[in-house]
Amino acid sequence: MSTTEVPRIITSRFDHEDSHTLARYEATGGYQALRKAIGMAPAAVFDEVKAASLLGRGGAGFPAGVKWGLAPAEVWPRYLVVNGDESEPGTYKDRLLMERDPHQLIEGVLLACYAIGCGQAFLYVRGEMALAQEHIAAALNDAYAAGYVGRNILGTDFSVDVVLTWGAGAYIVGEETALIESLEGNRGMPRLKPPFFPAAKGLYMQPTIVNNVETLSNLPWIISNGGEAFAALGAETSRGTRMFAVSGHVKTPGVFEVEYGVTTFRDLIFSPQYGGGIRNDNAIKAFIPGGASAPWFFEEHLDLPLEKVTVDRAGSMLGSGAIVVMDETTDAVKACLRVVRFFARESCGKCTPCREGTTWLEKILQRILDGYGRPSDLALLMDVCDNISPGIAWPPKQTTICPLGPSAVSPIASAMERFRSEFDARITQAEQTRISVPVAFPKAVTHA
Amino acid sequence: MPESEAPAVDGVVVEINGHEVVARKGELLIDAAERAGTYIPRFCYHERMKPVGMCRMCLVEVDTGRGPALQPSCMIECTPGMKVETESEITKKAQDGVLEFLLLNHPLDCPVCDKGGECPLQDQTMAFGPGESRMVEEKRHKEKPIPISDLVLLDRERCILCDRCTRFAKDVAGDPLIHFIHRGNNTEINTFPDEPFASYFSGNTVQICPVGALTASTYRFKARPWDLDTTESTCQGCSVGCRISIDSSRDQVQRYSGVDIDPVNWGWLCDKGRFSSEAVAAEGRLSEPLLRTAAGLTPARWSDALAAAAKALSAASSSAIAFIGGARLTNEDAYAWAKLAKGVLGTDNVDAQLADGLPAEAALGLPRTTIDELCAPGGTVLLLGPDPKEELPVLFLRLRHAVENDRVTLLEISPRSTGITSLAKASLQPRPGETGDLLRALTASVDADRDIAGVPADRVNAVRALLAAANGPIKVVLGRASLSESVAVTLDAATVLLEARPDTVFLPALRRANIHGALDMGLAPGMLPGRVTLESARDWFAECWPTVPAQRGLDTVGILEAAAAGRIDVLVLLGADPLADVPDADLASRGLAGARTVISVDTLLNSSSAQADIVLAAAGFAEKAGTTTNLEGRVSSLSQRVTPPGTARPDWVLATELASRLGTDLGFTSHVDVLAEIGSIAPAHLGLTAELVASSPSGVLVPGELPAPIVDEEEAAIGDEVSAAADAVDVEVADGASEVETDGGEQAEPIDPELLAELDQAEGAAAQPALVAFSAAPAVVSPPVDSYSFRLVATRKLYDQGTIVQSGNHLAGLAPGTSVRVSPYDFDRLGVEAGGTVSVRSPRTMMMMPIHADAGVARGTAAVVVNQSDHQVSNLVNITDLVTELRIETTK
Repeated sequence: MSTTEVPRIITSRFDHEDSHTLARYEATGGYQALRKAIGMAPAAVFDEVKAASLLGRGGAGFPAGVKWGLAPAEVWPRYLVVNGDESEPGTYKDRLLMERDPHQLIEGVLLACYAIGCGQAFLYVRGEMALAQEHIAAALNDAYAAGYVGRNILGTDFSVDVVLTWGAGAYIVGEETALIESLEGNRGMPRLKPPFFPAAKGLYMQPTIVNNVETLSNLPWIISNGGEAFAALGAETSRGTRMFAVSGHVKTPGVFEVEYGVTTFRDLIFSPQYGGGIRNDNAIKAFIPGGASAPWFFEEHLDLPLEKVTVDRAGSMLGSGAIVVMDETTDAVKACLRVVRFFARESCGKCTPCREGTTWLEKILQRILDGYGRPSDLALLMDVCDNISPGIAWPPKQTTICPLGPSAVSPIASAMERFRSEFDARITQAEQTRISVPVAFPKAVTHA
Repeated sequence: MPESEAPAVDGVVVEINGHEVVARKGELLIDAAERAGTYIPRFCYHERMKPVGMCRMCLVEVDTGRGPALQPSCMIECTPGMKVETESEITKKAQDGVLEFLLLNHPLDCPVCDKGGECPLQDQTMAFGPGESRMVEEKRHKEKPIPISDLVLLDRERCILCDRCTRFAKDVAGDPLIHFIHRGNNTEINTFPDEPFASYFSGNTVQICPVGALTASTYRFKARPWDLDTTESTCQGCSVGCRISIDSSRDQVQRYSGVDIDPVNWGWLCDKGRFSSEAVAAEGRLSEPLLRTAAGLTPARWSDALAAAAKALSAASSSAIAFIGGARLTNEDAYAWAKLAKGVLGTDNVDAQLADGLPAEAALGLPRTTIDELCAPGGTVLLLGPDPKEELPVLFLRLRHAVENDRVTLLEISPRSTGITSLAKASLQPRPGETGDLLRALTASVDADRDIAGVPADRVNAVRALLAAANGPIKVVLGRASLSESVAVTLDAATVLLEARPDTVFLPALRRANIHGALDMGLAPGMLPGRVTLESARDWFAECWPTVPAQRGLDTVGILEAAAAGRIDVLVLLGADPLADVPDADLASRGLAGARTVISVDTLLNSSSAQADIVLAAAGFAEKAGTTTNLEGRVSSLSQRVTPPGTARPDWVLATELASRLGTDLGFTSHVDVLAEIGSIAPAHLGLTAELVASSPSGVLVPGELPAPIVDEEEAAIGDEVSAAADAVDVEVADGASEVETDGGEQAEPIDPELLAELDQAEGAAAQPALVAFSAAPAVVSPPVDSYSFRLVATRKLYDQGTIVQSGNHLAGLAPGTSVRVSPYDFDRLGVEAGGTVSVRSPRTMMMMPIHADAGVARGTAAVVVNQSDHQVSNLVNITDLVTELRIETTK
């Protein structure tokens, strides 16, 4: 078991009771990166971030520096949108960053705006995160009052306005184009890409950079300490540190900042300073390595490092950094239903395969659990999955507009393959106790 | 939006299923494939709306060099070298999967669904789907159809959430009243609470719904598609002339649907037009002629009725005979009546308009434009007329599209705000009667330094700058913005514009169905068929008609005044209801009472025909064939789909019968004969034939799209040039378009009109008369402003007390009624409650009406809707006044 001792980059103030206040932030080096950046050329700030090889922390793991560079030159205005709609089951790192260190995020927003030339940033916070909203709003007011945000920041001609928006409770708005739709006041439904990608035509059809909360929270440290120092941490393509939320059947669930690319799943789950091992010292059955949409991992994957490319190659993803552990007592069929039900309920309803397919998967799984499974159901489940995500490959293909539909397919396909015997047992048991599936009659419908 | 306007002539070569296909630049893959004969199934894609790629049915494998991937073909523009597989295993699997998903929760109530038999989902499933559903779980259940408006019902179980209706409502009609609610599998379409889908265009959503989720209350459970007989025709709800298909079964009209033609309606219809299908077999349709006896109007035999009419007509001198109306008629009917009135009876007291339109010299003589030219990208359109949304709804849709998508600058000059005010770049509200002054200021060489017609100087100057900056000609939608304002005001305004900018073009916005055809056929004082004046064409028509009126006759106001004074012996109403429609009700009732004999030719008994002495039962829309002319001058076909009730007859038959009883054979044995005569003698219509109309689904623009007369080059070269040319013309006139079409490949040389005139004179024949031209109207002197009075603005609504609306069960209740509407500023001064009753006094009469504040009404004016059941506003108006001044007082 090896855990590395590295500086805490984004959770450094978490131990303080008043970590969310301006006073504490300033007392611990806050807004010094902003002062430093304003003395540099925007391109130099940009280069520091590129040098840091900072991967986006939202789920897709796209290099932040490259993303910034996608905005077409000389098209104004352009916008920065901060994706604080963290909703993936098991993920709760951004919430803590917004609750406990909102100024760090605001400073990160300002640095990004400075580097890419935005005069306006939109901070979209998930609707259910009441404390995060309160702390962010208070922090923003303080930052405006202190002259860190607004017109002529720190007496220079650099001006940025930050607009706060609360979500209305939809997982899909974590998808960047749906988030943009929601910001514009429309239903949160994804846009089709192509023809337009947000970096070229996003919010109000202007170039828009959408970044995750954790990604931006790294920027103050990177500017203060240099991109090289950040890139010196971690391994392979995954540099710096990263927050992982560990939950499920572990003794001490929580969010931990660890060195990226070096620490292994086994470290995170079993190390006393992190997950602390499986509850009741049971055996591990499976774990979700990167949020509910990731294919499941099993015992043999425990020693993989938390490194993007390695995990991708192994057939899953680090995604949003949520690790959910299932011990030997877990019912795989029930767990699959739980995952599918989440995506079915969160489907926005825009495109057919996701709207109809995810709910159908949920109904079939529920029926199997209810004791009405048929031997043909497993093939049916796989075929429905195939119609949402052709080939059920990794990375997934899709017949849908956005990745939400395939997100429901990947985990249960991996589970069905691994735990096929459990599904079969459910169905066999059903066959023995029952003669035929019930015939569904429509409920009486009243005419108005 | 595309920035480049470069004409994309060069094609893009793509490979579809191994075959090379040349697509247009920027063309969507789904369209290119269809043109090449490969139909890609779709539900959400509609060629007149922006694609959304939501239903996923049109997924095909597309390879743009990075390997094949499933892409929605409705969202992908063709790019060079693109390889497309629409038949591959992967494509088929994806499409079958989507089809299965769509059907999962779709109720299989096709046997009782209106759409069954013409349903894209049903067709796709029959063609490609598996025979059985793999879903054994219970389907979604929702309350079966809920009314979302008076005309449209929504069955949310059937809905496949393709976003067509919602996109139409938001993007095309501009009425975003239906929307997705809830999410995921519970997503449904619905209205906002307590806000029905009260759009004038709601019926289009029924037509474009790819399943039976949206049904029309007029058509529910009335017919099955396979029992329907279908014919294309042209809507007669207003003068836009939307192309429709008429579906009938059991000799009854069941419904109208929009047909997509490029120059006019793009497949859309307004609800009044669409649901006027109910008016065909309306209760009270006349099935036999009526004669007034001691017991009132009683059914009579045709021979008695026609004899009585002929007797009355032959007893009267030509100047004591008058005809009012004609907008309900086909072109052939109108021509037959014109020939009877002007060519047999010799009277020129003929007017198809009811003092609510423009003089024929203006409507036909002003430089004209088409809807397409009006809406051409980047142009400037000036609305100087009625609210298009209320009077010419599909023109409103075209204008809306032009403003929203084609960078057209819309300027509005109207005494009250209209349905397109929100689209206008600027909207000025002149005091009634002073529009001419406003236009003089707008076209002046210097900025105004004071308020003009009640409009602040800065706003006048802003519009003046916009007009001055306009690229190309100003295109004007010209009509009567207020019926209580003299037509002289409108003519003055048009004159000012034309003098300041001679390249100005006009689209005459007269409302009634075939009013432009009636004017074309000479149903106007001083006019003869083919857009020529009596003066210029007297000789021309004298050669083929028994007689021609000696002098210019009276218009409707003149006729009614003469009748009131006892100078009209026979007044013939051609489907007209002056009591309801002439803006001056007092004049109409005096006129009707003063005429000795009133003959009404109508489909129904209305308030005026109920007072007639002889009522001739006429066949109506869908009961007779012919042609109609829209506001552009576009002639398109009308088709017969059902038989008229009882013995009702087409108007051209009645005119021919009456003529023969008067001793003249009009020479018509069918409506085709009438059109042939029109095409051979009406100067603007020379060359128009039944074949040409039948072969042109989008209609024939007269005279622009008529074949040019041709000369046979060889003969002309050999023989006497003059006589050869004359022969060629004769051949051309006799054989019409078929001749031209067969020769179309050759370069035919049009004849020089001057040469034609010369040769006609050389042979002693009358010269072909020139088409009527607009002559400048005198400037109107603005009446002095009386600050104690309100100037009346009388406008019309789409739904009124007219025959079309009131004959349908479902439309009749939609007429909104009226109240006096004044500006909030004036309202506060009056000191009444909203909805309170006030007394409204004009020089004519006084009436009690409810009052409301309305920010769309200018200060010092009062807006009232005419032709509603609760208050007959035309009682207030004296048509001979320039404007009508009202005193509004509280009743306390």
